[in-house]
Amino acid sequence: MAMRVLNSESIPISTAEDIVRVRQAVRRSAVSLGFGIVDQTKIVTASSELARNALDYGGGGTVQVEVVQNETRSGVRLVFEDQGPGIPDIALALTDGYTSGNGMGLGLSGAKRLSHEFDIWSKPGSGTRVSILRWK
Amino acid sequence: MSSNNALADVFEKRENEIASKWLELQFADGRKASPTAHTEAGRRSRDFLSALKNATRKDGTTDINGKEWAPVKDFLADLSAGQAKNGASPSETASFVFSLKQPVFAALREEHGKDATAFGDAIWDATQLLDKLGLLTTEIHQKSRESVISRQQQEMLELSTPVVRLWENILALPLIGTLDSARTQIVMQNLLEAIVETRSDFAIIDITGVPVVDTLVAQHLLKTVAAARLMGADCLISGIRPQIAQTIIHLGVDLTNVTTKATLADAFAVALKRSGHSVVRDAAKAGAPR
Repeated sequence: MAMRVLNSESIPISTAEDIVRVRQAVRRSAVSLGFGIVDQTKIVTASSELARNALDYGGGGTVQVEVVQNETRSGVRLVFEDQGPGIPDIALALTDGYTSGNGMGLGLSGAKRLSHEFDIWSKPGSGTRVSILRWK
Repeated sequence: MSSNNALADVFEKRENEIASKWLELQFADGRKASPTAHTEAGRRSRDFLSALKNATRKDGTTDINGKEWAPVKDFLADLSAGQAKNGASPSETASFVFSLKQPVFAALREEHGKDATAFGDAIWDATQLLDKLGLLTTEIHQKSRESVISRQQQEMLELSTPVVRLWENILALPLIGTLDSARTQIVMQNLLEAIVETRSDFAIIDITGVPVVDTLVAQHLLKTVAAARLMGADCLISGIRPQIAQTIIHLGVDLTNVTTKATLADAFAVALKRSGHSVVRDAAKAGAPR
C-alpha cells in the first residue's frame, strides 16, 4: 500500500533539552491527527526513550517526525538516526532488562511495545536507525 | 596601514558631519522618537564615534583584538547587553553599527574621491572594521540572552521542588514538569532531608503534573522510593492517570513493590490509615446549615 507523508519535521538531538523538544513535536503531530490521550502518551513516551538512546548511546543524532497516511488510516512515524557505535546484537538489545549503560534496559523493547510498527537497522561502527509508527 | 590612517583622519576632520548624518539615519526608518530618546541617541552616537576615533588613531589597524580597542568594545558590550535586556532584536543592535557605514563612506569619498586606490583601500578598511564591530554586538547580545536563560533555569530548579507537610509524619512532594536528571537529584535530596527534619513516616510523591513517565523517570522514582525506605519512611506514588498506567505497563516497568494511587487524596487516606489515624464525618454537622 502506498504511504504518503503529509508533514515532516527534522529535529536534532544533541542535548537533554532536545529530548523535551522531540517530545513536544511528537505530541503536536499526534494531537494534529486527533490521537486520544492514551495514544498520545504512548507515542510520546516511545519517542522519549528512543531520543534518549540516540543521545546517550549514539552520541546524538536526529529524528524525523512525520505524519503519514495510507488508503485507510493515518499515523505518526518517527525515524531516529545516529552515527554512534551501533548495536552489535540487536536481539540482545531488545531483551527486557538488558542495558549496556545504567538504565533499566526497557527503553528499546518498551518503545517497540508502544508502537504498531517497529524497525531497527544497526551496523557496528556506523550507527543505528530506529523507525516506529503508531496508527490512529 | 596608510589607509587606516586615512580612516582616522576622516574621523577627526569630519566627526561632527558624520555624527549628524548618522543620527539622521538612525531615525530614518519613520519611527517616532521622543525628544529624550533623540538626545540619548545623539549622546550615544557621539560617545561611540569619539571612542572609534581614538582607537583608529592609536592602533592603526583594523584588528579589534588590540588593547586600544578595549574602550570601543566595552561601549558596545554595555549597549548590546542593555538592548538585549530591553528586548531589542540582535539586528536592531547590529544596525546601530552598520548604519554608520553610509556617512563614513560619504566622508571618505569627499576626502579621497579623486584617488581611486586610496579611496578603495579606505573603504575596505572601514567595511572590515564596522563589520567586525557589528558582529561583536550580535555575539554579546547572544551571550547576555544566554545568561538570562541559565539564570531562569536555576530559578526554576529551586522553585519547582517544594516538599509540603500534609499531616504530622506525612509529607507530600508534588512534581510538575519534566523530570530530567538535574532536577531529580534536587528532588531526591529535598525529600530525604525533609524526612529527617520532620521525622516523617510517610512521603507521597505526586506525579499528576508530570506529562511523560518514561523509563528514566520511572527509574528516578524507584530510586527515590528505595532511598526513603532505607531511611525508614514509607513512600507512596500518586497521580497515576490512566494513560500513564497503560504506558508504564507497555514499557514493562515494574511498580508492584510500590504503593501507587490515582490521586493524592487516595494516597493521603492510605497514609493516614497506616499511621493509625481515622477521619470521621460528623453526620449531625454535615446536615446542619452553616
